[in-house]
Amino acid sequence: MKHYKYLLMRRFTQIGILLLYIGANAWGWKILRGDLSASLLMGKVPLADPYAVVQIAVTGATLGMDIILGALIVTLFYGVIGGRAFCSWVCPINMITDTAAWLRRKMRLSEIQKRFYISRSLRYWILGLSLILSAVMGVAAFELISPVSMAHRGAVFGMGMGGGALVVIFLFDLLVHENGWCGYICPLGASYALIGKFSFIRVHHDANKCTDCRDCITVCPEKEVLHMINRSSESVLMGECTNCGRCVDVCKEDALGFSIRSQLKQPKDEE
Amino acid sequence: MKNSPSNDRRRFLLSIARGIGLSAMGALVWSAYVGEVKAAPLILRPPGALKEDEFIKNCIKCGLCVEACPYDTLKLAKPGDNLPMGTPYFTPRTTPCYMCSDVPCVPVCPSGALNEPSVSSYVKAHAKLDINKARMGLAVIDKESCIATWGIQCDACYRACPLMGQAITIEYSKNERTGKHAFLVPIVHADVCTGCGMCEHACVTQKAAIYVLPRALAMGEAGNHYIKGWDPKDEQRLESVNKEVPHEFTKTKLSEKSALDSLNDESGL
Repeated sequence: MKHYKYLLMRRFTQIGILLLYIGANAWGWKILRGDLSASLLMGKVPLADPYAVVQIAVTGATLGMDIILGALIVTLFYGVIGGRAFCSWVCPINMITDTAAWLRRKMRLSEIQKRFYISRSLRYWILGLSLILSAVMGVAAFELISPVSMAHRGAVFGMGMGGGALVVIFLFDLLVHENGWCGYICPLGASYALIGKFSFIRVHHDANKCTDCRDCITVCPEKEVLHMINRSSESVLMGECTNCGRCVDVCKEDALGFSIRSQLKQPKDEE
Repeated sequence: MKNSPSNDRRRFLLSIARGIGLSAMGALVWSAYVGEVKAAPLILRPPGALKEDEFIKNCIKCGLCVEACPYDTLKLAKPGDNLPMGTPYFTPRTTPCYMCSDVPCVPVCPSGALNEPSVSSYVKAHAKLDINKARMGLAVIDKESCIATWGIQCDACYRACPLMGQAITIEYSKNERTGKHAFLVPIVHADVCTGCGMCEHACVTQKAAIYVLPRALAMGEAGNHYIKGWDPKDEQRLESVNKEVPHEFTKTKLSEKSALDSLNDESGL
């Protein structure tokens, strides 16, 4: 069971948060109303997706106080504490892409498939492009096509044809490119990677315990962030790490674990 | 030769050019889709909504207005509805706006897309929510299919209207065909109609003969240069215009000289 600790915790959080939103619309629960674009916590605290708010801001719209405040609260939370945790602990698409990645590993598709090159920075280009388009078209451009909000809004308010987008993402991740959506394309994830770059909660690697089994790299959806494995004891500092904790789960030697950033900088000298 | 500085520079420039090229291609497809999907002129918005092009900029698509609506009137546009995805709208023929006096859908809006002051009335500078100030749309009557205009007695829309006798009135006239009956024809008054759509919901014809259209679509515009001389209020506009713009005669080539001089001018002959 130990090897599924963070995975189970994540699924619990993801499904729990989704249920709170669904309950708000279906049964009038007051805990978490709205959707992932903007919501109201306990009927008082506004929350808003910083990326959506920035898109709205560049259209030239006058922003409502609640979404400015909401975006600040969310930015502060992920910026100081969570890092890019939104992607692996909240986003409903994560369950779809994780399933695709798991199936891909089970079916050993990566071994027989010739990988074609997509740059990891493609998502930052899409992020920039979405802001330019929002300004030119006078409407938040990514919000109109976002499969993330489609999935979440679909679950809360009715799916419509949105299910098609989810199937497409699943098949893309399964058959076309490993971790294709979350790891290369999604600009929402890119925005959280930027926000969470300096957060305190980090995965730390202890190279002395490492046996170089590379299980962590196999399961990691953002393999570049684990560049230090078996090389040096340091924490995973790249913003792209989603703090999903899968590497911590699968590490049999306890060479990986969550810790606070400031404490982690010292062990490097002990090596 | 392979890794000479000049090749590095070429590679660097090429990678930038490629990025820009791919972005331009993506932007073409993306903007075409966005432009197409945001143009939905027939959509009816919740009370207090900003003008459509401003509304669509502001709305963050959170659905808080939808959750606040006690009648499930408001819906969020789903993929496949061919409406701006995730934005709130309502379909009066299915469920009209029931004009809650506390207007629960507007104050919850976090983005300012639903504007509270526009649905508030002020008593001694004290703002109070007033749903009658909402302008969601305008009811329009198709005279051909409205059975009241045929001479059949029907006042379903008039009775359904929450502002009965103000937003819809009944006009009497003689039915010349029978000689002994009256036409009782409904008339919509645009200055009062909120566009709630209760008339459309109540209309008895197979397809509603009275229906709500967005005001921008349903209404014409006479233009500022028409002034109602018989309306003292409207005529005041003329006075303010005179103050702003100093009264000057337009000078053309013909009116440079006086009319008499112009007629006696023989140089052109």
